[in-house]
Amino acid sequence: MWRYIGRKLFIYLLTFIVAVTINWMIPRFMPGDPVRNMLSRAAINDPEAMASMTAYYEDLFGLDEPLYQQYLNFWVSLFQGDLGISVMRYPEPVTDVIMGSVPYTLGLLLPAILLSWIVGNRFGAFAARSKALDNTVLPVGYVLTATPYMWIALLLSYTLGIVAGIFPTAGGFSYSLRPEFSWVFIYDLISHWFLPFLSMFLVALGGWAIGMRNMIIYELEADYSNYLQALGAPRRLIRRYAFRNAMLPQITGLAVQLGTIIAGSLLTEVVFNYPGLGTLILDSLENRDFFLLQGILLFVVIGVLIANFIIDIIYVLVDPRTRVQMTGGSS
Amino acid sequence: MTDVAGAPGTTDRADAPEPAGERRGSEALHFARRNPKLLIGSGIVLAFMLLGFIGPFFLSDNPNEYVGPQTQPPNGEYWFGTTTFGQDIWAQFVYGVRSTFVIGLFGGGVAFLIGMTVGFVAGYKGGIVDDILNMLTNVVLVLPAMVVLIVAIAYLDVRGLFTQGMFIGLSAWPWAARAVRSQTLSLATRDYVDLARLSGRRTWRIITTEVAPNMSSYLVMSFILLFGGAVLTAAGLDFIGLGPSNGVSLGAMLQSAVNWSALQLGMWWWFVPPGLGITAIVGALYVLNVGLDEVFNPKLREL
Amino acid sequence: MTLRVNDLKVYYQTLRGDVHALDGVTFDLADGEIMGLAGESGCGKSTLGKSLIRLDSRMRHVGGTIELDDKDVPIADDDAMVPLRYNEISLIPQYAMSALNPTRKIGKMINELLRARGVRPADVTDELHRRLELVGLEPKVLNMFPIELSGGMKQRVVMVISTLLNPSLLIADEVTSALDVSTQRSVAESMVEFRDRGYIKSMIFVTHDISLVYQMADTIMVMYAGHVAEKASASTIINEPKHPYTQMLIGALPEVGSTSTAQGGRLEGIPGTPPGLLNPPTGCRFKDRCPMAFSKCSEQPPLVEIEPGHWAACWKTG
Repeated sequence: MWRYIGRKLFIYLLTFIVAVTINWMIPRFMPGDPVRNMLSRAAINDPEAMASMTAYYEDLFGLDEPLYQQYLNFWVSLFQGDLGISVMRYPEPVTDVIMGSVPYTLGLLLPAILLSWIVGNRFGAFAARSKALDNTVLPVGYVLTATPYMWIALLLSYTLGIVAGIFPTAGGFSYSLRPEFSWVFIYDLISHWFLPFLSMFLVALGGWAIGMRNMIIYELEADYSNYLQALGAPRRLIRRYAFRNAMLPQITGLAVQLGTIIAGSLLTEVVFNYPGLGTLILDSLENRDFFLLQGILLFVVIGVLIANFIIDIIYVLVDPRTRVQMTGGSS
Repeated sequence: MTDVAGAPGTTDRADAPEPAGERRGSEALHFARRNPKLLIGSGIVLAFMLLGFIGPFFLSDNPNEYVGPQTQPPNGEYWFGTTTFGQDIWAQFVYGVRSTFVIGLFGGGVAFLIGMTVGFVAGYKGGIVDDILNMLTNVVLVLPAMVVLIVAIAYLDVRGLFTQGMFIGLSAWPWAARAVRSQTLSLATRDYVDLARLSGRRTWRIITTEVAPNMSSYLVMSFILLFGGAVLTAAGLDFIGLGPSNGVSLGAMLQSAVNWSALQLGMWWWFVPPGLGITAIVGALYVLNVGLDEVFNPKLREL
Repeated sequence: MTLRVNDLKVYYQTLRGDVHALDGVTFDLADGEIMGLAGESGCGKSTLGKSLIRLDSRMRHVGGTIELDDKDVPIADDDAMVPLRYNEISLIPQYAMSALNPTRKIGKMINELLRARGVRPADVTDELHRRLELVGLEPKVLNMFPIELSGGMKQRVVMVISTLLNPSLLIADEVTSALDVSTQRSVAESMVEFRDRGYIKSMIFVTHDISLVYQMADTIMVMYAGHVAEKASASTIINEPKHPYTQMLIGALPEVGSTSTAQGGRLEGIPGTPPGLLNPPTGCRFKDRCPMAFSKCSEQPPLVEIEPGHWAACWKTG
């Protein structure tokens, strides 16, 4: 059991180191001098702030120090939770700016991922029931997965938002309201949340349904299904087994698809101007706030690693085979 | 030892391998011609491909030119209407379809080459080489590709189709490497591969002459999926303004539609065609892939 | 008479036409009889085994009847077969190693299967434990997942599950081919024991290994290219085979009655290959490989009883 988890943790640690290193390397090894470039173009009008920013980054980048020293410094400040100062929202630290956006992104991502996964699996299992169902659910699923996230977001925003006027199409909540714990605000929050959620849900749904359908068909062909059929077991029982066994690879699929879905949430947020990490990325791109951008990358990587680890643990709990191998069963 | 699982007595084992191979080939063709998924999918893909590669010859060289009246809905002269600046959306669309195919072929191609190489070497060599490559694959697989791409590309002042394709290729290969590796593992123990190894042929020759041809259908399908993935990723990057500078692409069309308030102005003809184009091309590729799978994999023909 | 199969024809549907896997198979199986079913790969023996319990989607019942305990076995009607399966006819499949759901504990899976077949698990628990013990397994395997058992253990578990409802007919399809020699023996012995104790009335033991079947079977039926070549008591088949094919088959064995080699029944000694069954040749299907073939062999020889309990299909023996 610990060997399996240990191996996974090792991979995650390695991934983290790679991500941090990439993060460190990009501004230093890209052609041109991105740091100076950035500072010279930074959208700061206050000369005093500009001077202190410049000093800060010269110090941070330690441009006269040897590379390995710079690299070590980078790690040290990382462990102190110091990702630098945001240029665009000077003098707010990057960490604070990101923390302000993370709840919105999570609030979109988690329900969209979980609900699309559950509903998609149901649809997929349903599709594998007959040829007629299969021929309707399958093409719809393929069209949905092939749809770019931002396009479905645009369509929903246009139809349900602008033309029908049912949902607001921009922002996390109305500008006229202030964040507070009241029904009015919560309702407002949810109505702003709904369309971005729905567009992510729809695109992700197709992928899960197709995956489930393929896995179920594979499981229904498996030896244990044939044996049960030969012993006259009802379709119901065989389907139940197949469904349960097909869920397992779908859990792994959750980990594999995470990157794509996160990318989707970023694009969706941009369409709806939803105040999460995606919109923050766009803003920092437009303001050339590279430290914020890099901070977001690190945050997303850490988030992905944590999610992967949680999925690993769930998989171990759900699949008896891994559990048995871990406790040293005789096989 | 045991009965042929399928139909007993169909294969005359004394026969030379050629007729059997030929027969299998013609059987695949037989199913291919009757597989609606394959036919519809490849029909749509081919139609778009022709549009993208031949269409531009009939249009002006610069699809971003301000050619006509502003904000026109689709009409006889401007089939897809015009933008708020009077650009011809049909021209942009045709050029966008072309760059979609270019980025798919190039980005998907780079990912395919890396994934194939890593997968073949890992699966065939095994041992420590496999361990290291596997670890590399897992690391890249876990990294959220899009975000890494955004940060990396953001630093480039001048961006071209080439860099975009390169970056996409460098981030998209891991799952293909995994799939190819597991296929190679099962092939590497076959007799004919052993024989080739014993006769002292070089590794890459064995891979290219013995291993790869035996999983060609599998490789084709991997490439199609990588192609589709590259198209979607590129569209996403273009949409947030990280596409090729001054390029025309379907993603960039979506971006300018949003930037110039096409939604609020009710200019649906500005944002519907590019998205529909991407969806149709990628969706058709996926459906084509399922069709191929059914043709090559007899088990799936049943359902 | 337990089982009576009369002129059974089951074809596989393929693109290029029907494959005549079973082309008029006739035989009887008595109460308490263990019949070994032998022949080369592709002779139709596994198809026969499958046909008796469940046709897969490409198999088509073309003609002939099957009676079990004087009742018709409607093999072409999948739904009508359900009540018979497990209760009357049961199967130990070729793939016994992977026949158990990998994510269910064995005991739980058995209970769910029994309940689905209308049997209260509590009613058979004692019997289940007794039979597990008989094949040398402790009841605690019921609390394990299949992955925790060795191949031989899984095989024995499947054997117990398949016979739990005391079926009239058990089909054992190549059950020993994946096992090592000593395990093969103990599995074979357990099967005989199950018959002796009346857990199963009769059994068809499909195998390519004639040496093994000789030790446990009462009778042996040899098939060739979708036809029955010869059926007789085990000792007759081994010692006085009449059909030229059986003779060559037995002659190819290294040492009759020995289990020293698992390849005992392989037929490398006979030159040539069996005919394809897509467009089977007319007349005797063995004639191209038969040293005794003569002009009459262009007509199909009938299966006749040449002495009590000894059937053969050859013009030379008639």
